[in-house]
Amino acid sequence: MWKSVSVATVAMGLVLGGSAQAEDIVIAVASEVTAMDPHYHNTGNNNQIVGVIYDRLLHQDSNQQLGPGLAVEWGPIADDVWEFKLREGVTFHDGSAFTAEDVVFSYERVPNVPNSPSSFAVYTAGIAEIIVVDDYTMQFRTNGPYPLLPIDLSTVQIVSSEMADATTEDYNAGPASVGTGPYRFVSYTPGESIVLEANPDYWGGAPEFDTVTYRPISSDAARVAALLAGDVDLIANVPTSDIATLEDNPDVVLSQGVSNRVIYLHVDSRRVYSPYVTDNDGNEIFNPLQDVNVRRAISMAIDRDTIVEEVMEGIAIPAGQVLPEGFFGVSENLEVLEYDPDGARALLAEAGYPDGFRLTIHGPNDRYINDEQIAQAIAQMLTRVGITTEVETMPRSVYFGRATGDENGSEFSLMLVGWGSGTGEASSPLRALLHTRDDETGLGRTNRGRFSSAPFDATLQLALNTVDDELRADLLARATEIAMREVGLIPTHFQVNTWGSRAGLSYIPRTDEYTRPTNLVIE
Amino acid sequence: MTVFIIRRILQSLLVVAVMTVLVFAGVYAIGNPIEILISQDATEAERVAAIARLGLDKSLPEQYLAFLGNLLQGDLGRSFVFGEPALQLVLDRFPATMELAICAMLLSIIIGVPLGLYAGLKPNSLAGRSIMTGSIFGFSLPNFWQGLMLIMVFAVILQWLPAGGRGERGVFLGIESSFFSWDGLSHLILPAINLALFKTSLVIRLTRASVRETINLDYVKFARAKGLKPRRVIGLHVLKNIMIPLVTIIGLEFGSVIAFAVVTETVFAWPGMGKLIIDSIFQLDRPVIVAYLIVIVFLFITINLVVDILYAVLDPRVRLSDQKA
Repeated sequence: MWKSVSVATVAMGLVLGGSAQAEDIVIAVASEVTAMDPHYHNTGNNNQIVGVIYDRLLHQDSNQQLGPGLAVEWGPIADDVWEFKLREGVTFHDGSAFTAEDVVFSYERVPNVPNSPSSFAVYTAGIAEIIVVDDYTMQFRTNGPYPLLPIDLSTVQIVSSEMADATTEDYNAGPASVGTGPYRFVSYTPGESIVLEANPDYWGGAPEFDTVTYRPISSDAARVAALLAGDVDLIANVPTSDIATLEDNPDVVLSQGVSNRVIYLHVDSRRVYSPYVTDNDGNEIFNPLQDVNVRRAISMAIDRDTIVEEVMEGIAIPAGQVLPEGFFGVSENLEVLEYDPDGARALLAEAGYPDGFRLTIHGPNDRYINDEQIAQAIAQMLTRVGITTEVETMPRSVYFGRATGDENGSEFSLMLVGWGSGTGEASSPLRALLHTRDDETGLGRTNRGRFSSAPFDATLQLALNTVDDELRADLLARATEIAMREVGLIPTHFQVNTWGSRAGLSYIPRTDEYTRPTNLVIE
Repeated sequence: MTVFIIRRILQSLLVVAVMTVLVFAGVYAIGNPIEILISQDATEAERVAAIARLGLDKSLPEQYLAFLGNLLQGDLGRSFVFGEPALQLVLDRFPATMELAICAMLLSIIIGVPLGLYAGLKPNSLAGRSIMTGSIFGFSLPNFWQGLMLIMVFAVILQWLPAGGRGERGVFLGIESSFFSWDGLSHLILPAINLALFKTSLVIRLTRASVRETINLDYVKFARAKGLKPRRVIGLHVLKNIMIPLVTIIGLEFGSVIAFAVVTETVFAWPGMGKLIIDSIFQLDRPVIVAYLIVIVFLFITINLVVDILYAVLDPRVRLSDQKA
């Protein structure tokens, strides 16, 4: 589906010959898992690892395109009924056979995991009834048309129904950690390591490596050092500041790929007064950010190429919408907004702010790649067109709570945030970030700027009820175009992730940012 | 002595009470962990349910009272992040940190005392002065940078030692520890040195100062005048008398080595308590933060108690029951 690839698999650095067979590999990731229970915590750190022990009904490939997993065929047989044909002859790591019963068990377990900080129930909640036709045929009746069902089910791991009473502790300790995936669970030592071994009977073919050890190394410099020292074979999240030196190192191979994560600004576009907006003398004024022309002026004042080249050291892609090209539901008509400071000043003057106003931009300083520097760069750019902008950044533990705020809205006026589309298509950011906030349906839950547009909402609703893929993709693109025209948010760039491996190995980048041994290839 | 110990324990309970209030108010002021915990796709209903499950919907005093109630039953609560009992999480990581701290402390004594002794006995020699100059480095190098340099030199360039992580554990007399396997020891060396450098400098300086002071006292002069061998004068008369300040400092520093191994554990990806507390603070995992601090408070109090008892052993003039501590 990668139609025109701007930055795809770019393996850099000199790859020295001699492909010594790597039997045992060690992978260093930045964050620890919180549990080995695949249903305990819906977070990327956990999903990337449990996803190699377990399978899903459908799998997302490296570019988050759907493909067969434990289901081989699927499709709607009515507007609100989907039928899935399951793969036959699959066995769990303990030798028991995989059947529809395991799927039912897994989906019933999902909402009932004790102490789960964030469950997967949101992905199974749309299923009204599960009908087991036979051991290898299932039907899901949904509450109304539910075109996203296959995508949502591609996030839920299938566990063995023989582990009926297994608790999260049983998964952590090992006895319950039995999946159908390419690697088997060996051991989990919190904070230290997760050891997996090859499952030679895997239905997709025996995996490449005999054992795989995941180690959490949170310090960027220490992670790079571990790779250089030969302690580990693959590291995730290579810091952008180290990329230039590593490129010249013949013992290291860098692999880069664009992610599904857009970095953007949310703008307080609803409230009459906004907490961090004043006139140039510091007096409270009516919120100028309500005016679409002011929001567009801000967007025009941001020099995205400079952010990418200078702040991100070239390792990012300027953004003009919420997902990079190639993803499902992306508009082909939208270009990255051109940097135009004069145009921005003219728009501001036209909107009644010839002398600009004062504003504070808030951002995290430990969440996204170079987040603090990006906020500073944007503040300078806005100040240049007359909007005197201050910067305030804080750790994510403080930032996100305040950015979300309470029923009165965010504590901030202009905030730097990011969104990774877990579903790999445009509805995920559109639903969460741009739809009018509605607590009943959960739409617009992360709409921190409280952008609200009736034409956008209507188009998106229509898309969400359209089962036909082509039509839905088109509607999502139209909705994106409306949101960008009304500047519901201001995208700046798409993150590009960098993996580093030792010579002789290279990594096939994943848009979902996961680091998995199944994407590591021997050169 | 019993009265002394009981008084100490009562004091420690007071410290724990004050500390929990501070931590509760502090973490509450920082923010709400729910934004970090729940998935971005979660619905509002799920969010509300998660807040209620963690008790975060209640007021701060209510949350604190609930915590106190559970504490009296020995329950420190479950980690918001891991869902496991918080105290258990901390105690699981305790051995790793202890290994590191013991190793670092031993290194600083083994290296620091002889060097300090030499510098004290021959203060004007080249070696003596070099030791003192060198100890300034130990004080002033930033721990984080120093750790990375150790990794660069010994792991990346020379490739003698691993860059981080904890190695295999050997079993000896039923105790599982890195000390009992070569792989474990090789992983332990660099972080222990990194942690020990500052303490070594401290021990060197303290030993030197004490030796300089003692060496001119009458009983040392007298011992020399008696014609005792220099070895015996230093080994018995000098060393024994400089032990009291050393034991005090080593005892106190041992506590701080455990409590502040955070930087070293982060740089070397050492799975100890320091790493856990840093991660927990980033995620506002309050039960773990509280449990960790309670463990640390008790540790400090125990160490101080041991130091006080050691005083009495080393110096018969000290009577514990007489102290209005």
